[in-house]
Order: sequence, then C-alpha cells, then structure tokens
Amino acid sequence: MTGEVFPADGMLSLEPVVVGVVLAMAVVTYLTKVGGMWLVRHVELSERLEAGLSVLPGAIVIAILAPELAAGGPAEWGSAGLVLLVMWRTDSILLALCAGVAGVVFLRALL
Amino acid sequence: MRILYRSNGATEGVAGPSKLADGRPVNRITPLPSIVYERHLGVLCLPPGMGSTDESGSSRVAPSRGDGSTEGRPESTPASVTFTREGIRTGFVTTVPVALGVGGYGIAFGVLANQAGLSVAEAALMSATVLAGASQIVAVELWADPIPVAAVLFTVFAINMRYSLMGAALEPWFRQLSPKQIYGSLYFMADENWALTMRDLTAGSGRGAFLLGSGIAMWVFWVGSTVVGAVAGGVVGDPTRYGFDFILAAVFVALAAELWEGRSSLLPWLVALGVAVAAAELVPGRWYILLGGLAAAELVPGRWYILLGGLAAAVVEVIRYDG
Repeated sequence: MTGEVFPADGMLSLEPVVVGVVLAMAVVTYLTKVGGMWLVRHVELSERLEAGLSVLPGAIVIAILAPELAAGGPAEWGSAGLVLLVMWRTDSILLALCAGVAGVVFLRALL
Repeated sequence: MRILYRSNGATEGVAGPSKLADGRPVNRITPLPSIVYERHLGVLCLPPGMGSTDESGSSRVAPSRGDGSTEGRPESTPASVTFTREGIRTGFVTTVPVALGVGGYGIAFGVLANQAGLSVAEAALMSATVLAGASQIVAVELWADPIPVAAVLFTVFAINMRYSLMGAALEPWFRQLSPKQIYGSLYFMADENWALTMRDLTAGSGRGAFLLGSGIAMWVFWVGSTVVGAVAGGVVGDPTRYGFDFILAAVFVALAAELWEGRSSLLPWLVALGVAVAAAELVPGRWYILLGGLAAAELVPGRWYILLGGLAAAVVEVIRYDG
C-alpha cells in the first residue's frame, strides 16, 4: 500500500489488510444481491404486492436506461434506435449488440 | 438468441384466457408474465403461484396447480422452472458475446486497480469475489493508504443496492428452486446477465439455471480481463474508444423492447423514467464521496436512482392495483 508502482515480484502479493477489505466488500455485495430475494421469499405476498413485483423488470430496465441515455448525446440516441430496429427486424440480441456498439463508435467519430 | 428458445407453435399467439378453468377471473396478474403466456405458452407459464389467487401460501408448495390445465398443455412446454445442466450451458453460451464486451471494462478496472496500488492477485481476488463492476471501480478510486474502510464499504453497498431489486424481480420464477440454487446463482448476478436472464425467463424457457450459466460466463471474462488490465497497466486506453461503454445500454435497450407489453407497461415505465431521471439529476450522484473526503469517482455515478425509479414504479402499481 505504498501507492507506488508495484515491483514485478509483487504481482502475486496478498496483503492481509487488503484481502480483508476485499472480502468485506464481497460480503456487502452478496448481501445486496440476495437481500431483495430473501425479503420477497419471506414475506407473505398479497396479490397487490405481487402486482408491484410484476412491474419491476421493466421498471428497472427503464430506470437504468433513461438517465444513461439522457446523459448521452445524438450518438447514443441514434445507436439505441439502431438496437431497437435490429431487435425488431432480426430478434437477435447478438446482432443488435454488434449494431449498437458499431453504431456508437461510428457516430461518435462522425458527430 | 431467439433460436435457442423452445418456442411453441401450438400456443403461439393465443391470448391469455380471461378466466381460469374453475371460473375464477385471471385478474391483474398479467403485467409480469404476459409476454410469457400471450406470446409463447399460454397461461401455463405464469410464474408459479401467480395463477392461484386464493391461497397464497399453498401456491408456493405446488406451483403448477390451479393453472387451468384444460387449456391443453403441449408436451414440450416447460410448465415449470427447472434447474438443469442444459440451462447452465445455454446461459453461458448466450452470455459469452456480452461478457466479451464486459471484458473491456474489466481491463479498465484492472488498470485502475493497478494504479491504485493493488497487486494483480488482489485485483483478481476483488473481481472474483465481489463481481460488481461499477462498485469495484469506485472502490479502487477511493483506495488510499490507509484504506478508508468505512467509506469503501458504504460506497459499495450504496452502488449495489439496486441488485436487491433485481433479485426480487427474479423471484416469481425462482420460487420453484431450492435455496441453495437460488442463493448460489445470485452470487453471480450482475447487470448484464440479469438482463439476459430476465429475457430468457420472460420468454417462458423455464431455465432456472440460466442465471448461473450466464454468471459463470461473466465471472470468467471479468476475472480474466481484470488480470490482463492489471498486468498491462496503463497500456490499454479509454474503453469508450471501442464503444464498450455502450454495451450495457444496448443490452438494456434490447431487453426493454422485449419487456414492453403495451398499455399496461405505460404507467409503470413512465414513473420509473421520471423518477430515475429526476433522481439522477437532483440527488447528487456522488454524495457518498463526501464520506471518503475524496472526489475521484467521475467514472461511475451513484446508482440510487435505479433503486428509486424501480421502487416508485412498483409502489404506484401496488397503489393502483384494483383486484
């Protein structure tokens, strides 16, 4: 933890303090990953709550996407449109991804 | 990869019946599984338990009962979610192209970790055990000597809170799996493979092991690319040059196209959109940096807005639910 460039023989070094912090990070992250599932499994869900649960997938997708696209520019918007178009025409996520990434590289260079 | 789905000609296009076999109305259970049963499989593929509207307790034990099997169940229809080797394999294969792109970010993380003073082994350990890209990048940005443990841990927690919501969204399909399968798979959950898993499950594949398989693909490429980046140091340039930063957005655009169900999606999506955009604007994304007294995390903003947007949409749906 000197902050200097590590010497070559230090590549495999594992400092106990660092390992401890990393493992603590792993535990915290794991708790966030299982927390929601655990809660939903251990709470008696009414139909009303089930309805709320059922809109989560779409809502999460939009909540991730919207601010990201809003922060982007014409290159990102155009590429997002391209992904939609390719998805609609081919139904292949792989093609859509390739088109989107190629599109964003191209449009960023262009715009 | 639609080809991989066991699509079902017999029931394709059949709209979900408005009543179950015993005459109980199928009320308001459409939102989540409607893609499943309207486009693919009929009411049989409702996530288990959502079909029985009266005994919420027993529906978990016997998931496929009350599903109105008189609708005619084609032999190949996966009426339940199972955890199979084939599911792991399909998840893995489907995710490899995406994981390859995520590797671009893994390299960036490796470089940052190296610059922060972590050894290759320590960076690889972090990628292997934490497996949550955004929080790892911010954590190494906060890294100092001595390590600001509280700030790092709190930041990791704040950025990863969204995973709780994502995990909860998987529950309707996962309730048939054993706790070991569920909590083991969730270890491997990251944004990209959650999206691909959601896509597979809503199409009615019944592959409970998809998340595990896709997560293993993510893990292999994430750890591998971390090592590459940490060894190569600053040799590799900015990931935005190759468009890697757009992969996550592209995966989610593709998923959104599939999750759209017409008018029933409109309100929850608008709520999620409005709240998330407003929160991302108004709640200072990097407020948690104050805890560490550092202002280095320009690369990844806080992600509370995802949690807020998703929760707001769910709450609105709960409120407007009318039986």
